[in-house]
Amino acid sequence: MKTLSNFLGERLNVIGAWLLALLWVTPLLYAIWAAVHPIEYEANFDIFAPLTTYNFTNAWSQAPFARYLVNTVLMTTMIVISQFILCTFVAFAFARFEFPFKNILFALVLLQLLIMPDILIVENYKTIRFLGIMDTILAIGLPYMASGFGIFLLRQTFKSIPKELDDAARIDGAGVLRIIWNVYVPLSMPTFVAYGLVSVSFHWNNFLWPLIITNSVETRPLTVGLSIFSMSEAGVEWATISAGTLMTTAPLFIAFLIFQRQFIASFMTAGIK
Amino acid sequence: MIKTYIKIISLFAFIFSLSSFSAKAVELEFYFPVAVGGAAATTVEELSNKYMELNPGVTIKPIYAGSYTDATTKAITAAKGGNPPPMAVLIAIDIFKFYDEDLVMPWDDILTAEEKENWIGGFYSAFMKNSQIDGVTYGIPFQRSTPVLYYNKDAFREAGLDPEKPPQNWAEQLEYAKKLTKKGSDGNIERYGIRIPTKGFPSWLTSGLIYQNGGQMTNGLGTETFLDTPEVIEAVQYLVDLSEKHKVMRPGTLEWGATPKAFFEGQTAMMWTTTGNLTNVRKNAPFDFGVAMLPAGKSFGAPTGGGNFYIFKGTPEAELQATKDFVKWMTAPDQAGVWTMATGYVAPRPDAWETQAMKDYVADFPPALVAKEQLAYADAEFSTYENPKTVKIFNTALENVMSGSISPADAMKQAQIDIDKILKDYR
Amino acid sequence: MNKKNNLISVFFLLVPGFILLISFTHIPAVKTLMNSFFSTAKGRRPSKFVGLENYDVLWHDATFWKVFTNNIIYACGVIPSSILLSLAMALWVNSKIIGRPFLRFSYFLPTVLPLIAVGNIWLFFYAPGFGLIDQIASSLGFSSFNILGSQESSLFGVMAVGIWKEAGFYMIFYLAGLQAIPPDLREAAMIEGANKWYIFWKITFPLLTPTTLFVSVNAVINSFRQIDHIVVMTQGGPDYASTLLLYYIYEAAFMFWDTAYATTLSVVLILILCVIAIGQFFVLDKKVHYQ
Repeated sequence: MKTLSNFLGERLNVIGAWLLALLWVTPLLYAIWAAVHPIEYEANFDIFAPLTTYNFTNAWSQAPFARYLVNTVLMTTMIVISQFILCTFVAFAFARFEFPFKNILFALVLLQLLIMPDILIVENYKTIRFLGIMDTILAIGLPYMASGFGIFLLRQTFKSIPKELDDAARIDGAGVLRIIWNVYVPLSMPTFVAYGLVSVSFHWNNFLWPLIITNSVETRPLTVGLSIFSMSEAGVEWATISAGTLMTTAPLFIAFLIFQRQFIASFMTAGIK
Repeated sequence: MIKTYIKIISLFAFIFSLSSFSAKAVELEFYFPVAVGGAAATTVEELSNKYMELNPGVTIKPIYAGSYTDATTKAITAAKGGNPPPMAVLIAIDIFKFYDEDLVMPWDDILTAEEKENWIGGFYSAFMKNSQIDGVTYGIPFQRSTPVLYYNKDAFREAGLDPEKPPQNWAEQLEYAKKLTKKGSDGNIERYGIRIPTKGFPSWLTSGLIYQNGGQMTNGLGTETFLDTPEVIEAVQYLVDLSEKHKVMRPGTLEWGATPKAFFEGQTAMMWTTTGNLTNVRKNAPFDFGVAMLPAGKSFGAPTGGGNFYIFKGTPEAELQATKDFVKWMTAPDQAGVWTMATGYVAPRPDAWETQAMKDYVADFPPALVAKEQLAYADAEFSTYENPKTVKIFNTALENVMSGSISPADAMKQAQIDIDKILKDYR
Repeated sequence: MNKKNNLISVFFLLVPGFILLISFTHIPAVKTLMNSFFSTAKGRRPSKFVGLENYDVLWHDATFWKVFTNNIIYACGVIPSSILLSLAMALWVNSKIIGRPFLRFSYFLPTVLPLIAVGNIWLFFYAPGFGLIDQIASSLGFSSFNILGSQESSLFGVMAVGIWKEAGFYMIFYLAGLQAIPPDLREAAMIEGANKWYIFWKITFPLLTPTTLFVSVNAVINSFRQIDHIVVMTQGGPDYASTLLLYYIYEAAFMFWDTAYATTLSVVLILILCVIAIGQFFVLDKKVHYQ
């Protein structure tokens, strides 16, 4: 009897997980449906509907997506690398040192977590202009590089690493940077991976600030190209939007599928230690 | 420690210098919004390139700036940040806003008497109403539109109506809509007679009803609105009755963007939407469709809509001349025709309709003419100082009426009071 | 000597980050804060000092209170459900369930789909008549319903998208938390015959407390700062029924260009977040035992 209820419980568990997953993936399934069928099948789900690549070619021709993709990759890479370095530095200082005004400074970091950067657009625009870097990929990233979220996350992780480890390294004569690099970074891999993932998906999808701060094809990200489809006086064209969305997010999907194992593996190694 | 630190910092400097590389040339930038699908962006670029071929000394840089709202945000941010573009295509009704913020300069300052006479005088007067303050021109009509009635001829036949005779007045519109509304076997309504979307650009379409009813929304100077007048209230009543009383329109606020799809799917037999949709409907309607002027109430009437070329304060003299030359070229008959045919916008000058290309286009596709004919009855779109706020007040009032929570009279009176509070400073 | 060395290290570690923080957050924020005590400048009318007038306007602004209430409802709906779902997702994905890669991919999906585009797909789902939900509903015999177009339901329509967007994002943190739990703890309990629920409540969940607190802090903040879907789907309507605070700010700032009122609203929003979040942080720091 017990095994039966166990068995049923297992089944229900699996069914629940799958139902939720199906629900979650519906927008993607719909996007695929709308993208590969002619526009009259946007709202008619007929299995025998003819297939077409028109929506993709149509979407692709409406903005220089290839260049936008390069820009977006450059931009997110630059932001994430800078965030990793800057936030690691600051987080380590807060996690492992005592210094005057520590709490006040930390509160200042947390404040960044609460302030919506969008509200500061006009002031930040002035700053970027003052620096003379208008219309550059750097300008898109600069306001986000020191991230309160990243600092907080890494500080929390660093604090959970046994202090004896860096004492040991210190006795070996390692400097602060060496300790960070040799002890803290490897042990915090899962946090870096999770934070990197979050950060990439945020900046990959950011729209308003890049739109305002950039003017050229050479600097603009994908979202600016995508927005052409989504705010139309002439009615929403779901087929084109879907095709555009699929094309622009495909690199992220592929990256996720390829690195899925690595993500999990990096979580694992940390768990085993 | 210090060494590694310096290494890391210089790595940063390296990344920065790489990513901040950008080629800068002297050029004429202009921001433009895209409100009718991506083809518009391509056309703007093609036209700019053609202009540069003809004028080797000038570089035009069209900058796509998102929707109307985004484009305005971008332009105002740039201007407040001390870096305005020489020119931008922005929504016409924000004219008082830009004037109030002191961002735009009058075209009159750089035009000769001859140009004022012939060039400015050559636009449809309906379009100039949203483009001037006290007779001074701040906007040059470019991507302008007006709403029209689209109807499904197949549905007309099915309901026993003559597909070549669209409704001419409010009574017919209601009568036809009743005939066109069809219930399914389960008692749910399968097809509604009409759809006038109330989300997206509600004040725009409603102003059509108001003008047809002989009403006015504003005094034209941007300082006063007349929302509590009987003409306005009756027009709103007519709109809400379509859904609440006669059940020929889907209840609730109706999404603008989903309206053409509802039409294609046969879920509404008639719809009010912009002429900017012509190309889209022509391409995608799976049935025979017709286009007509908005039906008359006491008279025909419709608002104009869309975007104008503005020039920004602080633009150097040399650039101003080049800007003027470019905008004149863009609105000249040939280019205006190309633009109209690519997008469905209404060519803003009568002479643009006289080119051979346009004549062929209209002969091939007569519905394109409807908007032009309607211009004779068209009036300016709702536009006042603090326009975004006053429009929002009106739209919110309308949303409340459409959801049945308040009577048109009460809603419009309250909206008038709220708008008066905002506009009193400008009188 | 050692202490002095430490201070030098701290200095070098903090400087690059803080230069950026101060120049792109704190200085603009202070400038913005100042604006809340002035009237909005217009090109033709310079701003003037008005003291607390903007706050007084806000206090008497019925729309503000409506929007505030909306945000509370939104937060109360979205935070618990997205956290619970994310925990369930993480547990599933962490177990040996059939089709694990597919589940992981599906749950995480919303995090990578840009709302600016996918908001339109949701718009299709919600569209009355031909939309997906209505098609399914009508095939089951229900009548058509205009979810986003009616005042009673549009906020809930937006909340569903919020939950969809957030849950997979939090799952990542729970997954990281779960992976960090030494497997021997659970194995030991299994050998002693403890059932799954017991293991979950007595071992797994307590060990996930830091993650739960972290996720809930984020969930609170996100419930106040996620508005992309509102921009695309409802523009806050009908009659402010689906307007959240940040959207209200966005509207005041970038549609009305009423900077004074927008910053007044921002100051209030930041205060609300400070009270909730800072409170949580300090509780969190006290409760969580670091090794």
